[in-house]
Amino acid sequence: MLDFINTFIKAAFIENLVLSYFLGMCSFLAVSKSVKTATGLGLAVIFVQGITIPVNWLISEYLLVETGVFGIDLTFLRFILFIAVIASMVQLVEMVVEKVSPALYNSLGIFLPLITVNCAILGGSLFMISREYNFSQSVAFGLGGGMGWALAIIAIAAIREKLRYSNIPAPLQGLGIAFIITGLMGMAFMSLMGIDPAAFFTK
Amino acid sequence: MTENKVNKLSFLAFGKKERRLITEPINDNNPITVQILGVCSALAVTSMMWPSIVMSVAVLFVVAFSNFFTSLLRKYIPSQVRMIVQLVIIAFLVTVVELFLKAYSFPVWKQLSVFIGLIITNCIVMGRLEAYAMANTPWKSFLDGIGNSLGYGVILVVISFFREILGKGTLMAGSPLEVKLIGKSSEFLINTADTSWLSWYSNNNLMVLPVAAMFILAIIIWIQRSVNRKLINIS
Repeated sequence: MLDFINTFIKAAFIENLVLSYFLGMCSFLAVSKSVKTATGLGLAVIFVQGITIPVNWLISEYLLVETGVFGIDLTFLRFILFIAVIASMVQLVEMVVEKVSPALYNSLGIFLPLITVNCAILGGSLFMISREYNFSQSVAFGLGGGMGWALAIIAIAAIREKLRYSNIPAPLQGLGIAFIITGLMGMAFMSLMGIDPAAFFTK
Repeated sequence: MTENKVNKLSFLAFGKKERRLITEPINDNNPITVQILGVCSALAVTSMMWPSIVMSVAVLFVVAFSNFFTSLLRKYIPSQVRMIVQLVIIAFLVTVVELFLKAYSFPVWKQLSVFIGLIITNCIVMGRLEAYAMANTPWKSFLDGIGNSLGYGVILVVISFFREILGKGTLMAGSPLEVKLIGKSSEFLINTADTSWLSWYSNNNLMVLPVAAMFILAIIIWIQRSVNRKLINIS
């Protein structure tokens, strides 16, 4: 349990996927113009991330290794299988969102299917492999990583909504200033480095 | 007879239009600064020059060939499943690149770690497939892929140049061309005289962090849009 909380907090705040690894920047910059759509996309990312990472953990642990079901080393198939899991999960989310909330579906538009190619999702799965998480850690990492991503995109969307009223040099407007703000947010999140969540809970 | 031969070769033509396919993405339609594609890896791998050059070459290979293959298959891919088909093509090419790097350039492979795999979700690849290769001939798509990855590579090299020289004082560290340019002379690889005029400089650790890439990229965009004012109102 402690392990779970520790990994969750680490993934959401200290090793935030956007602000300290800069993954998922494309949709982060493109969809962050209003808080409402940013929230919708953030929730979709939490859901997709929270499911695909544990599923990919099961796949790589039980199907792709030599001691797994097939008895041969299939790690070279990792990328293709991971991306297939992600693509089908995104398709599922798309169908659910279309049924449950057509308004949100319309406002997200093309960016919903594009979650498939959001680097944060595949990056999460690959980090899960390279850091050798166990199952409960991978669940925590999926949820925490998604939460961190959603937090970051909602925060920058709020800042960019306010920025519309400020006087920025014309060539720096839009993309340029968005990069600078993201950089500053990244520096702010760096101040969380060195926090040890486990130590807090054991006391 | 000769006319027939010319027609057969004309799909490999390299005229003005084809040259524009390569030159345009380097400045006017740069994938990173104008189309906002492939930003993630541009920020994450650019702390040193050598890995970012390797990364650019890997992206060049993947973009050019996935554009080519998708364009070959474009008439046979049903539009509902086109994303899956494209992803399979990309994932195949990326797997090839990853195994190649792992075999021939292990330190760089280690340094790039997950970012080689992340070429699959690099928006440049998917973006160019959707925007160009699905509607154009294989040869043109191939050139478009080369042009866009060159535009990507130029930005990567510029960012990593500043980050490496200000953050570590070296250039091309890890490659055969490694040099140490600024910093204390005792750390120089080529032992020059102690009177190096840049020996007062101590490394800026902020430049090593990905945050610095954000600021450098913002400055590049600022300069590019000040010079090329027609880009100002794009996003």
